[in-house]
Amino acid sequence: MIEPKEVFDISLTVNGERLTRRVQVRTNLADFLRHDLELTGTHVGCEHGVCGACTVTLNGKIVRSCLMFAVQADNCEVQTIEGLSRSGVIKDLQDAFVQHNGVQCGFCTPGMLAAAHALLQQGPLPSRERIRDFLSGNYCRCTGYQAIVDSVQAAANQRARSSMP
Amino acid sequence: MKAPRFSYARPDTIAEAIALLTRFGEDARVLAGGQSLVPMLNLRIAAPSILVDINQISALNGLTVEAEKVHVGALTRHAHIESSTDVSKYLPLLALAMPHIAHPAIRTRGTFGGSCALADPAAEIPACSVALDATFVLAGPNGERRVPAQDFFQGALTTALKSDELLTGVEFPKSKPGYAAAFGELTRRKGDYAIVGVAAHGFISQARLSDLRIVIFGASDRPVRARHLESELEGKEASSECIRRAATALDADVEPRDDLHATGETRRYLTRTLASRVLSDLMKVGVS
Repeated sequence: MIEPKEVFDISLTVNGERLTRRVQVRTNLADFLRHDLELTGTHVGCEHGVCGACTVTLNGKIVRSCLMFAVQADNCEVQTIEGLSRSGVIKDLQDAFVQHNGVQCGFCTPGMLAAAHALLQQGPLPSRERIRDFLSGNYCRCTGYQAIVDSVQAAANQRARSSMP
Repeated sequence: MKAPRFSYARPDTIAEAIALLTRFGEDARVLAGGQSLVPMLNLRIAAPSILVDINQISALNGLTVEAEKVHVGALTRHAHIESSTDVSKYLPLLALAMPHIAHPAIRTRGTFGGSCALADPAAEIPACSVALDATFVLAGPNGERRVPAQDFFQGALTTALKSDELLTGVEFPKSKPGYAAAFGELTRRKGDYAIVGVAAHGFISQARLSDLRIVIFGASDRPVRARHLESELEGKEASSECIRRAATALDADVEPRDDLHATGETRRYLTRTLASRVLSDLMKVGVS
């Protein structure tokens, strides 16, 4: 019989780095990233899965890091905004957010960028409606959605132009 | 807030999970995708002392297409079902419903079985299961039992599952030629739970409807078959005018109550309007 435990040893890869840590099972992934690994780019807004500020990628797919426990990321690969930034894969998105004032107060930006990156990986040139639909799970309380959609669309257009022969 | 203290176990097999559920009974909760349970823990609405994490049980994951039916493993993620060509081919109603469930990041983790076992009255998958006459497969210490969707959902957040049972999957009969599906829901914001929703499935031949199954969700404590509306439309050549008139039969099918989101009267009105729209869509799908 498996004995339930309150503390677990986990091994995972975060932003390309292999780590082993001891965690309380009640620690959510967002808090683990912020407090244990000091990766504070992952923001914690609502802590119940509504706002999207804590969006990270788990095994390549976007998830809410407040809605899973760190122990559940055992043997998984996590990318936070720090990893996405450092690798350069979202440089164009980040530049577009700055250029089109998509950043605003900055609180929702890491989650917005992670979600926008996932959207652009699904295919080129999403419509404004599709961008709005995809980002509907990420709240901006500056309510500057227009600027955020502009930013994503600009980055998508730029990618389409640069991929043309 | 943060989740309260609990102990955590991660079984690899269905048998190990059931052993844990049997041992800890009501103190234990199954953790699947966690997209509803973890908010409930963080908000301290739920405080189980043991979480049984079933995410490592590979036997619960994935779709199996058989001759007559499709088996959806309880741990199959919404995102998987949404992108499955088997689902769009054999279970078109489900394919239509998936994009309405929350948001992409939630659909990455959220599971089919989790949505069913939670049994939120406004959730999409339970409604589709009732509309498609699905069968729920429940495993317990004394083996397996099968429960029709109609009997599985017993009230708000209440199902036929006993505390020592695990939902292992849901079986759907494959959609047959000539059948069409339509789905719609009303929400204040994209991705919210529905104020009211309608799932419809039926046979259309020469613009006539038959074998209709219409399910209303969000308007009652569980997904409800609109039997009066179904019989009103059975065998009819359903013009939009006919559908609009028939939709008044819904008043005998659902008795929505007042809540934070809408009054019962508003919901009653919205149910009629939405059902008319969804059934018009059904006719268009069937004719095209």
